[in-house]
Amino acid sequence: MTASASEPEDVARSCSASGPKDSTRTAPDPVPDTGRRADAPYDLVVVGAGSAGLAGAVAASELGLSVALLDSSAQSGGQFYRHPAPALGARRPEALHHDWSAFADLRRRLHASGVDHLTGHHVWSVVKETDGTWTAHALTGADGCADAPARIRARALLLATGAYERQLPFPGWTLPGVVGAGGAQAMLKSGLVLPGRSIVVAGSGPLLLAVASSLASAGARVPAVVEAAGYLRYGRRPRALATNPRKAAEALVHAAALVRHRVPVRLRSAVTEVHGTDRVEAVTVSRLDREWRPVRGTGRRIACDALAVGHGLVPQIELAVAVGCTTRALPDGTLGLALDDLQESSVPGLWAAGETGGVGGAELARTEGELAGRVIAARLLGRPARVGATAGLRRRRDRMRAFADVMSAAHAPGPGWTGWLSDDTDVCRCEEVPAGRIREAIAACGARDARTVKLLTRAGMGWCQGRMCGTAVACLASAGSAPEPPGERRPFAVPVPLSTLAALDGSPDPASAPDSPTDPVPS
Amino acid sequence: MPTRETSDVIVIGAGVVGAACAHYAALAGLSVTVVDRGYVAGGTTGAGEGNLLVSDKEPGPELQLALLSTALWTELADRLPPTVEYEAKGGLVVASGETGLHALREFGARQEKAGVIAHEVPGDRLHDLEPHLAPGLTGGFHYPQDAQVMPAQAAAQLLRAAGDRVRLALGEEVTGLLTGAGGAVRGVRTATRELHAPYVVNAAGTWGGALAELAGVHLPVLPRRGFVLVTEPLPRIVRHKVYAADYVADVASGSAALQTSAVVEGTPAGPVLIGASRERVGFDRTLSTEVLHRLAAGATALFPVLGTVRAIRTYLGFRPYLPDHLPAIGPDPRAPGLLHACGHEGAGIGLAPVTGQIVAACITGAEPPLDLHPFRPERFDATAP
Ligand SMILES: Cc1cc2nc3c(=O)[nH]c(=O)nc-3n(C[C@H](O)[C@H](O)[C@H](O)COP(=O)(O)OP(=O)(O)OC[C@H]3O[C@@H](n4cnc5c(N)ncnc54)[C@H](O)[C@@H]3O)c2cc1C
Ligand SMILES: Cc1cc2nc3c(=O)[nH]c(=O)nc-3n(C[C@H](O)[C@H](O)[C@H](O)COP(=O)(O)OP(=O)(O)OC[C@H]3O[C@@H](n4cnc5c(N)ncnc54)[C@H](O)[C@@H]3O)c2cc1C
Repeated sequence: MTASASEPEDVARSCSASGPKDSTRTAPDPVPDTGRRADAPYDLVVVGAGSAGLAGAVAASELGLSVALLDSSAQSGGQFYRHPAPALGARRPEALHHDWSAFADLRRRLHASGVDHLTGHHVWSVVKETDGTWTAHALTGADGCADAPARIRARALLLATGAYERQLPFPGWTLPGVVGAGGAQAMLKSGLVLPGRSIVVAGSGPLLLAVASSLASAGARVPAVVEAAGYLRYGRRPRALATNPRKAAEALVHAAALVRHRVPVRLRSAVTEVHGTDRVEAVTVSRLDREWRPVRGTGRRIACDALAVGHGLVPQIELAVAVGCTTRALPDGTLGLALDDLQESSVPGLWAAGETGGVGGAELARTEGELAGRVIAARLLGRPARVGATAGLRRRRDRMRAFADVMSAAHAPGPGWTGWLSDDTDVCRCEEVPAGRIREAIAACGARDARTVKLLTRAGMGWCQGRMCGTAVACLASAGSAPEPPGERRPFAVPVPLSTLAALDGSPDPASAPDSPTDPVPS
Repeated sequence: MPTRETSDVIVIGAGVVGAACAHYAALAGLSVTVVDRGYVAGGTTGAGEGNLLVSDKEPGPELQLALLSTALWTELADRLPPTVEYEAKGGLVVASGETGLHALREFGARQEKAGVIAHEVPGDRLHDLEPHLAPGLTGGFHYPQDAQVMPAQAAAQLLRAAGDRVRLALGEEVTGLLTGAGGAVRGVRTATRELHAPYVVNAAGTWGGALAELAGVHLPVLPRRGFVLVTEPLPRIVRHKVYAADYVADVASGSAALQTSAVVEGTPAGPVLIGASRERVGFDRTLSTEVLHRLAAGATALFPVLGTVRAIRTYLGFRPYLPDHLPAIGPDPRAPGLLHACGHEGAGIGLAPVTGQIVAACITGAEPPLDLHPFRPERFDATAP
């Protein structure tokens, strides 16, 4: 197992020799391993070391649980608090973040805690065993290719795997120089590099303003921010706005930066085409009607050498979906996990926090993580749930969730956006499936939903497993009526070498019980 | 007031079997309405693998069906567009010891009497057929009749090639059967309307038992779960359908031990498919790491080069099986007008064309291509002969 540089490999788990059912220790144990059975489960495994996972791990650990915190990346902080690797020698990574102090505080608590922070762990599956404990199966190494698969067991599981960026295709979107808006932000934060010198920022969602203001502050020219939605819908829910002054202030900070850098913001508009032969040379920006249909004759060409584009974020929930957790449709047409008032999913013993329950930002993620960590500790330590202790956290969460729902509704793609796809625009990049082939499968072959489109065209069957084209395929399949959110059904959260699967033996798996014989044979 | 529509035949189920029934009925000049609560190939057909195998079948009624269907598939391959990805690639069954090879030889000899073509391949020639096969195998058998098709495309193109005589009613669940005087079936009821026809075909796959119940007849179709592992796209490194002899040895020895061979096959699009497990666990969709382990272990034992290859997904489906592991095909004497075409278990893709041909023959009064007695739908009634 790879541990981060600051934590030795065999750090003690705080509930040393205690069995799965009783954990009586209350304080983290700083001494190295003291005879704990090597295969004893942790109290809690947290997947994802972003705002939510960090907060959940430290809160649970401070209350006495043994905690393993797993993340595929080499650093903690997740998407929001991305920062350059120490080797880059960045002096002030915090300059690109507001709210850095909250992260610094979490990191300090993490170092002081007994949490085993296992970096470079890509979790590809979580399994609930017959005895009720959880197993997280992980690949290790920076790119997940090291052949040292790890299996981490625990009594409870907290999923804080964040979100990934949503893309809607358009002619030219596969040209070099077109990058994800969040991806551009991430590149800037972690490598301090810009995707171009003159970057149009487009798509929909509150992230666009943040991205444009960081790019401009880092020295790029931003000829335009192109937002497909209007901001009017925010105004229809004044209460949610008024009770979230920090969010409003955040937007004002970004807006002020844009004014300072003379960045024009075009609302109700979209990049409907990218021009260039080897890479981006210009984009066409068109006005959209209420349904996001491009208005004829409004196209304007804007020169640029890069386009940063994104349509909001999609909760990354496949690990939970694979174990049968109930989902809920979010106002922007994505799926999040359905969670109860105490962050527990429909599968007992599996909690979730942060973007997995719906996209709402780093502060909400932190709040939910903290809440989940406390609730899990109370549950596992057998303490009566003291409603009062979490009331403040729950109130804050509810307030921020209400705001997140307003945002989510304002940026739901309008049904007319498919009007900017030409038949030869590739919708699925992995399998190179153009829009025309998908339209044909629907019109002539009897496909009517994302799954049957996938079966008949291969759209979504490739390397990214539909993360890139899922929304587009669902919209095309629904032919104008409200599309079903893509199912986020990916039994492997990351691709797994067959040798790793072949080496999985003796797992206590319900399917291997004697009364349900497993006998692979030719079909 | 619900709207009414009339055709010669209603087929319930737009899987590969329903599609083949519609296809051959339309070829025979009948008008057909295909009803599915989902969409084309959205059931088990979309979760199958597309092996058209004779190599794994014991001499008997199922092998007879398979041989007839194999011939129909070659003919369809010429008529349907290339998107169905028909490949007459042949199967290769390998043995890792003398006992296994002996069992294969005995099995192959019996199959040959029934019309199967099987050639023995000595151990030192296996690599001519499959260069990446593990070293040290004792020998095997090559089955040139084994072939492959892309199941979802096969269903869609069978329907499409049938032309205007086939109408699709998708997203409509059949909730009841309409019956006339003497209990004769004369159509189906869906949530929004009634569809009328003198013949109704139950091609509801794994849900065929529930459908039969709507007609008041007993047909015990049950689900048998299967997982398939799919790798990242690769250049052609597996050329045939390759599997280990243990399965055949197990069958031949009559042993009750678990059977663990995996079929490994390449696809035109690049991914290698590794399938498939069989378990009786109802309609449980939870991922089983034990099954994934066995499939991967089986595949990497045959092809060590696959060890570093990554699985990008896995999917599962529920094969429709009947207690005697034979499908139900043909008219139901208990409900005149109702025909069954379901319960094909792990061979429905392969057996679809012959099933469609039989159903069309039964409706038009033509001679079916083989004796239907083993497949009669009423055979599970306590009083059945
Ligand atoms: C590309 C991108 C850029 C963003 N930029 C901004 C921004 O500039 N400003 C802003 O306000 N918000 C931004 N966000 C939103 C931001 O992600 C959230 O507000 C906040 O980070 C949510 O915290 P979280 O803990 O829920 O998720 P995250 O911070 O995303 O943390 C999730 C963590 O889980 C890990 N993980 C996921 N899956 C696995 C797995 N299978 N195995 C192991 N580890 C896994 C990831 O490596 C990640 O570290 C961005 C989001 C994305 C996707
Ligand atoms: C993992 C796996 C691998 C397999 N590999 C192979 C293989 O290699 N080769 C092979 O030949 N076979 C294989 N099979 C088996 C094959 O997939 C099935 O036998 C075949 O798909 C059955 O087709 P079908 O048309 O009968 O059923 P389905 O495809 O399930 O179609 C039945 C349809 O009926 C519809 N329906 C049901 N009830 C109603 C209702 N009340 N109203 C309206 N519609 C209804 C359903 O929506 C469904 O679309 C495999 C199966 C599995 C699970």
